[in-house]
Amino acid sequence: MFPIVHARQLSDAVFEMGVEAPAIAAKVKAGQFLMLRIDEDGERIPLTFSDWSADEGWIRFIFMTVGKTTHQLSHMGVGDSLADVVGPLGIPTHVEDLGRVAVVGGGVGTAAAYPVARAMAEAGNEVTVIVGARNAGLVILEDEFRALPLHELIICTDDGSSGRKDLVTAPLKELCEDGAIDHSMAIGPAIMMKFCVATAKEHDVPCVVSLNPIMVDGTGMCGACRVTVGGETKFGCVDGPDFDGHQVDFEELMSRQRVYSDDERLADAEYQRECSCNQ
Amino acid sequence: MQSVDGTGGPAPEEKPRHRPARIPRTPMPERDASERARDFDEVTLGYTEEMARAEASRCLQCKNPTCIEGCPVNIDIKSFIGEMIDGDYHAAVAVLKEKNALPAVCGRVCPQEEQCEAHCVLARKGESVAIGRLERWLGDFDLACELEGRCVPEVGADSGRRVAVVGSGPAGLACAGELRRYGHAVTVFESLHATGGVLTYGIPEFRLPKHIVQAEVGLLEEMGVEIRCDVVIGATYTIDELMTEEGFDAVFIGNGAGLPMFLGIPGENLNGVYSANEFLTRVNLMRAYEFPTADTPVWRGRKVAVVGGGNVAMDAARTAKRLGAEEVFIVYRRTEAEMPARKEEVHHAREEGIEFKMLCSPVEVLGKDGWVTGIVANTMELGEPDASGRRAPVCVMGADVTIDCDTVVMALGTRANPLLPKTTPDLELSKRGYILTDEDGATSKPGVYAGGDIVTGSATVILAMGAGKRAARAMDEWLKQGD
Repeated sequence: MFPIVHARQLSDAVFEMGVEAPAIAAKVKAGQFLMLRIDEDGERIPLTFSDWSADEGWIRFIFMTVGKTTHQLSHMGVGDSLADVVGPLGIPTHVEDLGRVAVVGGGVGTAAAYPVARAMAEAGNEVTVIVGARNAGLVILEDEFRALPLHELIICTDDGSSGRKDLVTAPLKELCEDGAIDHSMAIGPAIMMKFCVATAKEHDVPCVVSLNPIMVDGTGMCGACRVTVGGETKFGCVDGPDFDGHQVDFEELMSRQRVYSDDERLADAEYQRECSCNQ
Repeated sequence: MQSVDGTGGPAPEEKPRHRPARIPRTPMPERDASERARDFDEVTLGYTEEMARAEASRCLQCKNPTCIEGCPVNIDIKSFIGEMIDGDYHAAVAVLKEKNALPAVCGRVCPQEEQCEAHCVLARKGESVAIGRLERWLGDFDLACELEGRCVPEVGADSGRRVAVVGSGPAGLACAGELRRYGHAVTVFESLHATGGVLTYGIPEFRLPKHIVQAEVGLLEEMGVEIRCDVVIGATYTIDELMTEEGFDAVFIGNGAGLPMFLGIPGENLNGVYSANEFLTRVNLMRAYEFPTADTPVWRGRKVAVVGGGNVAMDAARTAKRLGAEEVFIVYRRTEAEMPARKEEVHHAREEGIEFKMLCSPVEVLGKDGWVTGIVANTMELGEPDASGRRAPVCVMGADVTIDCDTVVMALGTRANPLLPKTTPDLELSKRGYILTDEDGATSKPGVYAGGDIVTGSATVILAMGAGKRAARAMDEWLKQGD
């Protein structure tokens, strides 16, 4: 069992959770993910590490309530335990001094962008972070980003309630046009990553993306996470999750992410009904 | 004590000579196909005690038994059947467990017809003794006993040595049990949340109930084997870290060959195309058949094509049927004669209404709106024998067929997972990524041994167990040298 040692609500639908897992905490690098299972009936879901402390032996992740598992998770807190936490999985984000780097985080993907931005800054890069959210209430980790030695933090919201009223691709485009970045990284919903890649591509700026396909085991066993990169099938879990965005077939990724939409709605509805019955 | 001959004289020293019963092989009771194909309960029911005694009585108790030669772990088959004939089941179990820690598992999944039973003298003129069924009965007998009545093999005196075993599948479990007998402390690391490896995620409940696996693993824990789930060696710890920071004196790698293979044909990433590993893991390990009580879903197709001809293909096909598919096809590029699946599995599949489309080699998966709608396959014919000795399928030009289906399961075998070797650079690998070892399982890295599918590629449960035991013996020697 993995005791929950930290739980914080970041916005209406976004939560941060910390778990005691010293062996994992000693190993994590930016860009890696974990698999968790709440209890004996639970599904295994992948979540990217948002923070960790090797010294204190904890790891953190951030999730948005989208289905049964995440709703159930949001109802848990310090004192509860998770049945299983496995990691760190996936190849860490390639971090080196690349010069001027833009790190784009969209929605809950901002959580995974945070350690990447931190690692990129530590490696000596001039880092610009672009955070995108639907509205001010959904912007997460603003204080944490402000505490990093960034070149600039640009916040975009769909309704302009915080920062610019723009999509993340607008500032990314300006940076590309101004020749102000040498490298970019995008982490967020597939559709956002797709458009970030298209924007960067126009200006021949590399754009690495962190993909979030469906997974079962997370260690290469099942192949649920198949993605097409450069015309070849890759496994998101062991070959990724980071890939050269210019090579990724995003249409296929988005289609494959929807395989279980109906089942997910059903499971969530059952869970919500159970919750309301128990209240 | 009453004497056997009723004369009141002393009982003879020797047992009365066993007179083998001349009766036909005792059939295995099974559930009716139409009933069993609707649920995940076990298909075969196992012998009753009477059936087991009757079947045991067929054994000739040969002076020079040949059956044992056919057993990859050298179970003393004659002796355990002998004890059964005498009605001493506890003694029979003890004989079994001398060589095999998982009799209830192996009694169910070993291909006995190619192993011990093929070497049985009775098989020359008729039907062999049903050794596998007797093994299963004894394994179940042991598990049905209260814990104190169960046969837990004796553990050796504490050697002061610690061994890490990577993977809790057949190879790792067999190795762990054996190492405990030699007195070494053993910790098994499992990457998933449940033990058993392929026994748990791969082989379906209806063929190998998971409570059986867990119970036999539990007996290893009774022997003092420590099991740590949720630890991925190569990620959470490297092999080097196990041997330095974590204080293990030796490591056995039995992590299997878990990476699923695909054909590399167009349309293979459409929704509704599964690897057999994913399909079976969702259903077996994650219990998707209980969705939404269990949280993991699985796509329940109406027309399912399973590509491949091995046991895994049969398992996937029969699983699809149980999930409610109206039609399930096995699509195989050779003929039934070349299929690597056990005859029994093929027979069970056919009984349950699985259709066989032979000499069909898929070249494309068709789809609409991102979902599978069918398969295009070349029609094949058998040509000259290939490297495997089987007649190679050759494409018949211009005779492609289309098979309508909404789900495709690729059961094409597996390959080595690079996750562990990638973090262990001094581990020598074959070109295909399998770990190179000597006959005893020693790798290129001192103190590190390996066995099972990660060395041989996909094989059987019992071969992996044999490899695990052999490695344990070699590791014991190696650990003693270090004293």
